[in-house]
Amino acid sequence: MKEAVIKTENLTKRFGDFIATNALTLEVYTGEIFGFLGANGAGKTTAMRMLCGLSIPSSGNATIAGYDVYRETERIKKNIGYMSQKFSLYEDLTVLENIRFFGGIYGLSDDEIARKSDALITQLGLQNEAKKLVSGLPLGWKQKLSFSVAVLHQPKIVFLDEPTGGVDPVTRRQFWNLIYDAAEKGVTVFVTTHYMDEAEYCNRVSIMVDGKIEALDTPHNLKKKFNAFSMDEVFYQLARGAQRAE
Amino acid sequence: MLQYYMNTTEPMSTRITPPAIVADNLTKVYGAEKTTAVNAVSFMVERGELFGLIGPDGAGKTSIFRMLTTLLLPDGGNALVDGHDIVKDYQQIRHTVGYMPGKFSLYPDLTIAENLNFFATVFNTTIEENYHLIKDIYVQLERFKDRRAGKLSGGMKQKLALCCALIHKPTVLFLDEPTTGVDPVSRKEFWEMLKRLKEQNITILVSTPYMDEATLCDRIALMQQGSILAIDTPDAIIKSYPDILYAIRAEKMPALLKVLGTSNTVATSYAFGEYAHATFKEHIHQEQDIVSMLQYAGMDNIEVKRIQPTIEDCFIKLLHA
Amino acid sequence: MKQLRIFIRKEFAHVLRDRKTLLILFGMPVVQILIFGFALTNEVKNSKILVVDHARDIASQQLVAQIEASRYFEIEKTAWNQQQIERGFHEGQIKMAIVIPVNFGQELMHQNDVQVQLIADASDPNLATTLINYASSVIQDYQLQVNETTKIPYRIIPETRMLYNPQLKGAHNFVPGVMALVLMLVCVMMTAVSIVKEKEAGTMEILLVSPFKPILVILSKAIPYLLLSLVNVTSILLLSVFLLDLPVHGSIVLLFAESTLFIITCLSLGIFISVKTDSQQTAMLISLMGMLLPTILFSGFMFPIENMPVPLQILTNIIPAKWYYIIVKSIMIKGLGIASIWKETLILAGITVFLLVISIKSFKIRLA
Repeated sequence: MKEAVIKTENLTKRFGDFIATNALTLEVYTGEIFGFLGANGAGKTTAMRMLCGLSIPSSGNATIAGYDVYRETERIKKNIGYMSQKFSLYEDLTVLENIRFFGGIYGLSDDEIARKSDALITQLGLQNEAKKLVSGLPLGWKQKLSFSVAVLHQPKIVFLDEPTGGVDPVTRRQFWNLIYDAAEKGVTVFVTTHYMDEAEYCNRVSIMVDGKIEALDTPHNLKKKFNAFSMDEVFYQLARGAQRAE
Repeated sequence: MLQYYMNTTEPMSTRITPPAIVADNLTKVYGAEKTTAVNAVSFMVERGELFGLIGPDGAGKTSIFRMLTTLLLPDGGNALVDGHDIVKDYQQIRHTVGYMPGKFSLYPDLTIAENLNFFATVFNTTIEENYHLIKDIYVQLERFKDRRAGKLSGGMKQKLALCCALIHKPTVLFLDEPTTGVDPVSRKEFWEMLKRLKEQNITILVSTPYMDEATLCDRIALMQQGSILAIDTPDAIIKSYPDILYAIRAEKMPALLKVLGTSNTVATSYAFGEYAHATFKEHIHQEQDIVSMLQYAGMDNIEVKRIQPTIEDCFIKLLHA
Repeated sequence: MKQLRIFIRKEFAHVLRDRKTLLILFGMPVVQILIFGFALTNEVKNSKILVVDHARDIASQQLVAQIEASRYFEIEKTAWNQQQIERGFHEGQIKMAIVIPVNFGQELMHQNDVQVQLIADASDPNLATTLINYASSVIQDYQLQVNETTKIPYRIIPETRMLYNPQLKGAHNFVPGVMALVLMLVCVMMTAVSIVKEKEAGTMEILLVSPFKPILVILSKAIPYLLLSLVNVTSILLLSVFLLDLPVHGSIVLLFAESTLFIITCLSLGIFISVKTDSQQTAMLISLMGMLLPTILFSGFMFPIENMPVPLQILTNIIPAKWYYIIVKSIMIKGLGIASIWKETLILAGITVFLLVISIKSFKIRLA
């Protein structure tokens, strides 16, 4: 059952003499929700870029969905979905156009796109908004839509970079329901967040400090280990000593 | 003139100085579609108070900030900052307030020292003159003072921006989402800085989408879609929570949430960190009743406890109301 | 005043720390001068021409020999009919053809009046004009020699025909045009972009919520670019004098004064664009398409205004670069003084005041 879809071994990225990500070693299993936490500048973004096949590591090994991060980046990209708070959807396209576009670039057939966009719009309750521009949607809806678009091509892994920043508490929870649904269907979810209560929703979390993973376990075990009541406290204990800036 | 002003406990005549901020039915409408970003918002901030506007993106926080800092004209209502009218006396306001906009708003190609020096000069002052105000914060930056602002971490950028907003000793400080996108450690540090500033008797209006930061304010306004849902001290808002709230945990959390979501005895339920928070339709429920109900539904390792709601619980409650 | 000084210093820091901007700023004038200069000076040497000598008498052979002797021309071949000329042009073998009429020598001696036809490929107008000019001067030389040996002043009238672009206008003096272009680019685009950049970065919000007067924001944005533009004017003039041997005939002081006036015009335009736009891309696009293109099209630098349809001719009057181009040409090349260009100066000043007023008036003291 425990099949690793993300497997890294001493994955390192250097920029000159600056080590952005230092010997990252972790395994993420199929259907797992993995929280990737760290202070600003800890090296999360760099690590995530390597895992997505956007950046070639300086040293170390990693396979993503069974593909090598050095040689098979194109295959990796076909098997992952990506969503970030900063870029998610085209604001000047309609909901439907966005779905079609992203379905298209992942090589879905017209039939599939039509079928999936109908299903998706019904699932999100966006029937009335399907032909409206994305720019007019409330932020929470945009984020839900862009997550659904990121998993439209049924990737093995979906990477979420601070997906819920600035979203209201109710929508934030609805968003996490989408994540649970996806995980139940076997999609592996790799997520970063600044909301520590969301760390609790993850099966396991890692906390990065100054380019290194300082802790990796279930939220429950981490709290026990650090003798803390909440993940917030665990995080604070670990990241307080962080030395470096972005 | 302003109704809200008159309703305060103190009679106007005994006031020596006007309140720091008085907003009266402040309204902002955008675009051809007439989207109401701020809908008749009224509140008052006393001198020396740390007042928080708490709400998600799209609640209208930034529009309120921009109206109060004279960057936008209101489409309805009015407001006084430091006793000055935000429309007519905009120039006086610009002399006295400090403002830190939401997005990074320094010159990335200038160094820390150059940025600070520039903003000091723009505000007709020097770094030396008000150094005492920023000293606590600036000492943390000083060793990087020749580094360009664009090369700083999120937390450090935030600190520098705060220094720049403080350098002219403003009477009212406007901080629009200073901690958005900042990691929890830097956020904590930032709020500690605000607490120290409050001791210097600077009025602070701050906005944030993080509900857990609400308790760090003296008073807060919970906002959603341009309207204020509640306005009071964090304690009073928590006390006014009408229901009994339970935190529940079980072996399999997703299954637990499903059970709670479908049970007809449950009024509301949602995930909250490692627990699920729930309220029940009749108050007859004791912890033991809830445990039995969940055991019956096949849950294991059940933990149920009555808890005091957080601001986030209150916010969720207000959204459903 | 201290505020202004600090602000201007900040602007210089922005410019000097951004290598790409710096390169555009100071590289562009040099590159343009070199491009235009090369196109003009290099290609005319040893241009291949075709001679159709219908006369084949002594006089015509003397003339052909004289042409061949010049370093400008190389006779590719001689031909006997018009069709061969056409083919030569089509195949790109020749750049110009000279047609000498039957009875050339006889008519030159007896009627004192003979026509030689010069046919040039004017798809490259610069080259065509230059070749025609050179050929005319060679013919003139020959004429002078003939005049020395005979008593009667014979005259050869070269008749020129421009193919493919019959309304060709001389594009000799590109330097004034390059000056107008460079100033337009530097001042309009750079000013607009630098103000919009502050909007994008959010720093404009802070500046507005400060006691710093909006008018001073404009001023402190404008002054650095004014100075940088004057540096550009200087470098263009130095290049044109020392590299292209194109001296300034008129008053340097007047030239700089007029340039300053034009720079202020451009700065006002830049400020106006920045007020109306919110992103750097839009500002850049408007500056390029909305400002630079009309400058190239309607200033008279590339395309002669006299040959435009009347409505377009009227339109050119509102293009500031047109007036600046006329002024610079008059000062630099014709060596004229203010007495001859006061009218153009006045028009340019009028446009400047108008633009300055509307751009300052439209500069917002608030957002949106």
